[in-house]
Amino acid sequence: MTMAAETVEASRSPGVPLLQADGVIMRFGGLTAVNNVSMTVNEGEILGLIGPNGAGKTTFFNCLTGLYKPTEGQVRLSGVALAPKPRAVVEAGMARTFQNIRLFANMTALENVMVGRYCRTSSGALTSILRGPKFKREEAETRARAQELLEFVGLGTSTDHLARNLPYGNQRRLEIARALATDPKLVLLDEPTAGMNPLETRQASDLIFKIRDTGLAVVVIEHDMRFIFNLCDRVLCLVRGETLVEGTPDEVQSDPRVIEAYIGTGTDTDEDAEDSP
Amino acid sequence: MIKIPDIPESVVVRHGAKAWPLALAGAGLLMTGSLLSWSGDPQVLGDLSISFNPGGLQIQALALALLAVVLLLAHKGPLTSLGQWADTALGLRALATWALLFMVMVVVAITIEAGGLINIDPGGWISLLGAVLLFAAARLVLPRETRDPAEAHLPGWSEILVIVVLMAAILFGTAYALGLTDAWEFVLFLVFVTGVVIAGIRAGLLSWLGHVTPRHRHVLTLAAFAAAFFFPFTQNGSDANMSIASQILIFGAAAMSLNIVVGLAGLLDLGYIAFLGAGAYVGATLSTSAFATIGWNPPFFVVVLLGACVSGTLGLIIGTPTLRVSGDYLAIVTLGFGEIFRLSMFNLDGNNGPDLTHGPNGIPAIPDLAFGSFNFGDTHNVLGIPLARFSNYYFLLLVVIAFIILVFSRLNNSRIGRGWVAIREDEKAAEAMGVNVFGLKILAFVVGAFLAGMAGTIKAHQDVSVTPDQYIFLESAFLLAAIVLGGMGTVAGVMIGAVILKLLPEKLRFFSDYRLLLFGLLLVLMMRFRPEGLVASKRRQLEFHEEDEGLAVRVEGEFAEEVKP
Repeated sequence: MTMAAETVEASRSPGVPLLQADGVIMRFGGLTAVNNVSMTVNEGEILGLIGPNGAGKTTFFNCLTGLYKPTEGQVRLSGVALAPKPRAVVEAGMARTFQNIRLFANMTALENVMVGRYCRTSSGALTSILRGPKFKREEAETRARAQELLEFVGLGTSTDHLARNLPYGNQRRLEIARALATDPKLVLLDEPTAGMNPLETRQASDLIFKIRDTGLAVVVIEHDMRFIFNLCDRVLCLVRGETLVEGTPDEVQSDPRVIEAYIGTGTDTDEDAEDSP
Repeated sequence: MIKIPDIPESVVVRHGAKAWPLALAGAGLLMTGSLLSWSGDPQVLGDLSISFNPGGLQIQALALALLAVVLLLAHKGPLTSLGQWADTALGLRALATWALLFMVMVVVAITIEAGGLINIDPGGWISLLGAVLLFAAARLVLPRETRDPAEAHLPGWSEILVIVVLMAAILFGTAYALGLTDAWEFVLFLVFVTGVVIAGIRAGLLSWLGHVTPRHRHVLTLAAFAAAFFFPFTQNGSDANMSIASQILIFGAAAMSLNIVVGLAGLLDLGYIAFLGAGAYVGATLSTSAFATIGWNPPFFVVVLLGACVSGTLGLIIGTPTLRVSGDYLAIVTLGFGEIFRLSMFNLDGNNGPDLTHGPNGIPAIPDLAFGSFNFGDTHNVLGIPLARFSNYYFLLLVVIAFIILVFSRLNNSRIGRGWVAIREDEKAAEAMGVNVFGLKILAFVVGAFLAGMAGTIKAHQDVSVTPDQYIFLESAFLLAAIVLGGMGTVAGVMIGAVILKLLPEKLRFFSDYRLLLFGLLLVLMMRFRPEGLVASKRRQLEFHEEDEGLAVRVEGEFAEEVKP
């Protein structure tokens, strides 16, 4: 933990680009799902990624995290080009959650987070069989760090619960804790408030602020406009796989093209945009 | 599994009061009958023809009746304080059902073996009548309030005592079962054991045991190994059963190794016997047999290591390209690999390529192992009990199995084991969380192959000869069946599965033509009623019952309890 705290302090320098995606294109056969999207995430920043259904937000996420190999374009983290392999991306310091929760349902909350520590630990088969002091130390550290992270996201009392037995909102939190366990510099959250009630949504934004305050950068995909505009330092709007607008929440919020992209006709506020049919 | 329709409630209410004395009378009749002569023909089913000198089957009937009496007294009577922890009514029903089945089968067996109903003595009829009465009355016994046996906090020593007694019973039971030469007697003993076990399950005693054993895991392991260790001493120097026992251990060692691949990493391997074969061929070619093709005879522990490494390397070679495919495809590729191995061994006879294996003739006359002056072929006396050839191999294999189990459980209970579970749960998510999916799959493959290779080198010496036809696909299928039957990912389950799959064919020789049919049926039934196997790994149980909320809550509690020291 002390090591993590140090890196946190060192990396708290807003304005320095952390993640740079240049001209990412993702084609599936004849369909271009992501067309020449560039995005920069600065250190310690919360960036919102919005767009109507099918705009290619999740596909873009998958390109960033190596689940898809982008047809063209490059993704760099701290200036180093990322290999399009999920494991390499995690090891480089970028972790993610999934739109439809993908926890290890039959593992306990603690075990889920401990799996997240996998890439930061190194006990191999021989060490595990011989059970030397290194194994015991590493295992104890993994457990302690996992417990710490569960407390950080507010699941300190659910340690021994099976992931599948947790309430929906807590499953989302657990997924975030699991992502944080990989010691990332940047976390990508894919619709972290989908299916949540207003209270849970507010708690989620508190948690994201809390994550940012530890020095991490956060990218959030979301449909809940009020949530996004309250939370984010900058917002990027994707429509049909292309960047429509990028700017501060105020700029994006007032941009008529964004409103048009979402509901087709102009409305006064985003609040109405959400509620109107 | 078999659902006997319930008795209408009105009948139960009207006659409920009579049930208890009737059941007691039934148990008494069963006991009285069992003390008398059952069969007029002393030649069949052991000797059941002497009154007041019960034979094996009569003692089993007595035991069933005695258990019924204990359950009855626990239900209502002097033992009620004990009975509150167990579901005595359900336990009694199951016991009575199986006692009836037992007696009916005894009558049928005597009739068939001795030729006619005339051979059944009054004692047999009295026992059957008692069983019928017990069965009917047990159906009327009303269930009563029970408390969760998990709440019963017995002193630690008494729990340990239960484990020790259980292990002793298993040791005694196995020795007894192996000693039975008559198929009917063996089948009836199985019915007896099944009846007792099922009654235990129904009464909730087994779930209590499941609660107690994790707390005393070391005691359980130790007791199990002690029971296994003492087994050869019960055989009076006879090697017939020890031959079966050491075959079981070889099979069990291979099954435990495969369990790492199938049970932990979740990879389906249908050609696994090839790795055992690779070890055996290394053991054979490096032996001092006159037919050995390599003229190098290193010490045996070097051979073991070499066999394991060759097998592990084969695992690596087959795994690297094939583990990129998953599920059914992997199963087919590994099946192909198993055949490639067998056919290669079949053809490396000098006509096609080098003469390494003597082709279909294999490598015969492999001498027994000798560590210093200790020759495995000789009979050694320990405390006046002679231990012959197979006993020696048995002890060696016991050490090997202990090693395999150690590797299995330590890997399972580590960072690597967590990675395997994550891969089984959601491979994509595991990858996205930084788990080295491909590496861990290869690791499972190589470790599994390595351990099987080790066992293989010993198998070569124990079997005296190594031929390709020992490593046919059917053997791989049986290994997999042992795991599925016993319980994927568990130690106890797979060992039980291995014992069942190796012991039954030996004891039911008359059935050998139909054994595949029997196993097929057994597997179908298992898949339908208990897909997680006889001994369920909790995690696997959850995976097989994704809809069962109650189970999830229950298992959660058990996990939490295990974490606590």
